[in-house]
Amino acid sequence: MSWVGRRLPRLEDPALLTGQGRFVADRAEGALAMAFVRSPLAAGTLTEIEVPPIEAPDSFVFTAADLAGVGAIEAILNRPDYKRVPQPILARNRVVFAGQPVAIALARSRAAAEDLAEQVFADIEPDEPILTFADALADGARAVHPEAPGNVLVEGQLRGEGVDAAFEGAAAIVDVELRSERQSAMPLEARGGVAAFDAGSGRVTLYASVQMPHMLRTGLADVLGIPESDLRVVAPDVGGGFGQKMSLFPEYVALVWAARHLKRNVAWIEDRRENFLGASHARDQRFRAKAAFDSDGRILALDADLLSNVGAFSCYPVTCGVEPLMAFAELPGPYRIAHYAVRSRGVTTNTAMMAPYRGVSRPMLTLTMEQLMDRAARQLGLDPLDIRRRNLICEFPHTSPTGLVHDAGSYVEAMDAAARVADLEDFRQRQTRARAAGRYLGVGVSVFSERSGYGTPAFAARMMEIVPGYETVDCEMDPSGRVTLAIGASPHGQGLKTALAQLAADRLGVTPEDVRVVSGDTDATPYGWGTFASRSMVIAGGASQMASDKVADKLRIAAAQVLECAPDDIELGDGLAKVQGANRTMRIAEIARALHHKSHLFADLTAGLKEQAFYDPAGTFSNACHIAEVEVEPATGGVRVDRFIVVEDAGRLINPLIADGQIAGGVAQGIANALYEELVYDEHGTLLTTSLADYAVPTAFEIPPIDIHHMETISPATVTKAKGLGEGGTIGAPAAVIGAINDALTPFAVAINTMPATPDRVWQALRDARDKAA
Amino acid sequence: MKPAAFAYLKPENLAEALQFVADNADDGKLLAGGQSLVPAMNFRLARPETLIDISGLEALDGVNDRPEALSIGALTRHATFHKPVSDGALGRLLVKVVGHIAHYPIRQRGTFGGSLCHADPAAEWCLVATALDATMRLESSGDARDVPAEAFFRGSFTTALEPNEILTRITIPKLPDATGTGFVEFARRKGDFALAMALTTLHLEGNTIRSARVGLGGVADRALRMTEIEAALVGKPATPETFVTAGQMARDQISPRGDIHGSAEYRRDLGGALLERALAEAAEEARGAVST
Repeated sequence: MSWVGRRLPRLEDPALLTGQGRFVADRAEGALAMAFVRSPLAAGTLTEIEVPPIEAPDSFVFTAADLAGVGAIEAILNRPDYKRVPQPILARNRVVFAGQPVAIALARSRAAAEDLAEQVFADIEPDEPILTFADALADGARAVHPEAPGNVLVEGQLRGEGVDAAFEGAAAIVDVELRSERQSAMPLEARGGVAAFDAGSGRVTLYASVQMPHMLRTGLADVLGIPESDLRVVAPDVGGGFGQKMSLFPEYVALVWAARHLKRNVAWIEDRRENFLGASHARDQRFRAKAAFDSDGRILALDADLLSNVGAFSCYPVTCGVEPLMAFAELPGPYRIAHYAVRSRGVTTNTAMMAPYRGVSRPMLTLTMEQLMDRAARQLGLDPLDIRRRNLICEFPHTSPTGLVHDAGSYVEAMDAAARVADLEDFRQRQTRARAAGRYLGVGVSVFSERSGYGTPAFAARMMEIVPGYETVDCEMDPSGRVTLAIGASPHGQGLKTALAQLAADRLGVTPEDVRVVSGDTDATPYGWGTFASRSMVIAGGASQMASDKVADKLRIAAAQVLECAPDDIELGDGLAKVQGANRTMRIAEIARALHHKSHLFADLTAGLKEQAFYDPAGTFSNACHIAEVEVEPATGGVRVDRFIVVEDAGRLINPLIADGQIAGGVAQGIANALYEELVYDEHGTLLTTSLADYAVPTAFEIPPIDIHHMETISPATVTKAKGLGEGGTIGAPAAVIGAINDALTPFAVAINTMPATPDRVWQALRDARDKAA
Repeated sequence: MKPAAFAYLKPENLAEALQFVADNADDGKLLAGGQSLVPAMNFRLARPETLIDISGLEALDGVNDRPEALSIGALTRHATFHKPVSDGALGRLLVKVVGHIAHYPIRQRGTFGGSLCHADPAAEWCLVATALDATMRLESSGDARDVPAEAFFRGSFTTALEPNEILTRITIPKLPDATGTGFVEFARRKGDFALAMALTTLHLEGNTIRSARVGLGGVADRALRMTEIEAALVGKPATPETFVTAGQMARDQISPRGDIHGSAEYRRDLGGALLERALAEAAEEARGAVST
């Protein structure tokens, strides 16, 4: 029986659940504590930094002037429209967002470092901050960066032939203007690092709460001007990332610089307030789109103008092109669009830097397509499922208007399956009865694709200077028959180690408990790209399987020699090498020991059992349908999600229990996007939401049980047949929830266009509709 | 988010606590449950030079169930009210209210008196005290005075408590047996500060309102007792129409401030809507109380 496909409890959990996890802050003891002095203003000229006289021992303050020789962080896209905006480690001459690091203060405790930091005074002549799209794109707007007049850092444009003609001949034209306010990825553990200086070697080991340890090493070495061999980056247990921990932040450069400069161990453990102010934000997009339909509800053309606020800098390494260019390329989603026109811009402002957050643009583009479908259905008098059925892709491979190739999926089938679970006919009856009683129920449908597991070709197409994508895995069986997989991916809560152990166990005939997965240590793992973009199961999984197969092949050859049969006759399982059709076996551990200690007996084989495999796939699309049922309370504007259904198709599931966890967590974050979470800057560019009292992360009270079902379309796009699903929950849920709210509000002729749909926004929309009607 | 340095005093008894308070009147701060003060210190919004930790003073903990009133020790933890502290309408009402105060772990530590002294305009206990005519016992070394709720609360996070005083007990008059009570609040998430809340009591004769209490929280710089609405309700039938009218009166009388969680107009309307609900809840309970 195979390990793949089993709902195996995560091997990571016993340690985490019994307090035996080792996080960055657990390594801070004895280190100097570092705190940042951050700009209180959003924009201005930094004329002077006043540093207090320092009397206490082991206390230091450093500013940009001290960091001479340290470069800036510069994320590069090789596109003619891309404007580079270097990000200094500590502000020099000017500040561009409230929260930007201006100086560092170090002392024996964090409290003492904060005491010191609050005595540092940054003298700033303020500029009028550029905060919104309207501010940034106004004629003659002040440039946030002198390098980027006009404030557009990246712009994708496409106007397919036939778009205008299609609109002219349309039976119906539907347009939407949708907005997602700003969010934080909000990992449970904030950022942080401990830089340990080794006096003997001069090396620094940086323990850091990150998703991309190798990339961090490269970026740090480049900015500090040192060889990568002088650095070791270790991501120990990491308490969530969701994209916020994949960029190189100035804080880590300052930390490693301080450790090298002082020849001391230095710790920076970010607190929640600092995470709100200084870490990356996400979303903040405004999408305008119009679609032409024929009278049967088929889309003829799509024309979109997409704006993404990228904040004050361009995140390294993936750049600020991530949001606008993904929106540009993937807006059509799972729908057949013959004619597509789009303009997508990344706009810089005096706000915290944007970086990827689980879902990246797709929550908004899914909302856009699904609202177009719902509104067209209403306008044309069609059933919301029928109009989708007529437009969903169903022949594979399908090439999108921007050249993306969708491998086999189950777009229509997943939607129909979700609709059956939801029992929409019954819902419509309940909805009618509820309305008669003054209660407003609604249902929303969201169909989407999730591009996952893509390798270098996809990133190269974006013209990234640094092209991520491949993975390398070392698989080694030791003399006792135990297996180590050393991977370049860097799981931070996903349960990847369990899933990879299941894959390897099947190939090698051992149990998952026999497989140890080593990740996150640049001294112990092959160079790789960490964990992001729904990639690790597909790419690190593929490479793990291929490396395990190589070891298995060697085991079979060796076993065949001992058992006197052909290698193909050897089957590995239950810890044994068995001769098929015969009653001869040998323990795998015996073969492993022999290959290490009696290698001279195996003339055709090299000693040991260590193999490496490399995998760089083109990518695969998983798909899903979400259906949300909500109740909207007109008196309070409150929205409650009563029911949430997911039918997910991510190909072969390696561990369905982990897949369900990924989906449930993602859906919760999607509901947060739709209803709760919003970072708010005031008109001066001061962040008002700097605690979890003001930034409304939903809790178990707000998130309903999530009813998850699976389909398994096997596509040849990946070697494991698995597709990525890490982001789907977050991508699909907002569109389902907003669709459900708008369905509930049909009697009031009200449409919600802004996320989160807070009680105030729902109430305002209802009041505006009432005022208009009066 | 580490507090600025402070000195720490832990008095053995109330007399010593009062002495410490008097000695540190300029820059001391009482620490009771710490559920608001400690986060404020971590944000460095509060920077007391001296913390006087009264959390161990047993004399201030616990509820005396007297025939005419509840006498609540200032250090009584919120969680004490999870179960009725007395038979009758008041005990039941406090159970309804307490479930809205923050989260379970916070209710284990936060104190009734601490909440009143903090005087957050959206605090549930402040609304209870204001709507139900509570009296605060304020003690200082060698002196004591009783201050009614309406004089105790002076505005947002501001009370009549002098720097040398400690709130020791709170007295809340009991409600007549057949009283129905209503408490409704609306927050973005369970446990958040209310965007608005309404507390009502109704005494019915048949379906006619004989007496009423109406209070609103989270819609002004302090909890409000709405005496004009109370007067207008007396003699009216306990019907949805009556409650809608009362809600409208509330909308006309309040002028809340907006913040990132809700605009002023929204909160004004919400206050009225919640009052309607709280009245309906109280009426239903009153009818049940009469029939049993």
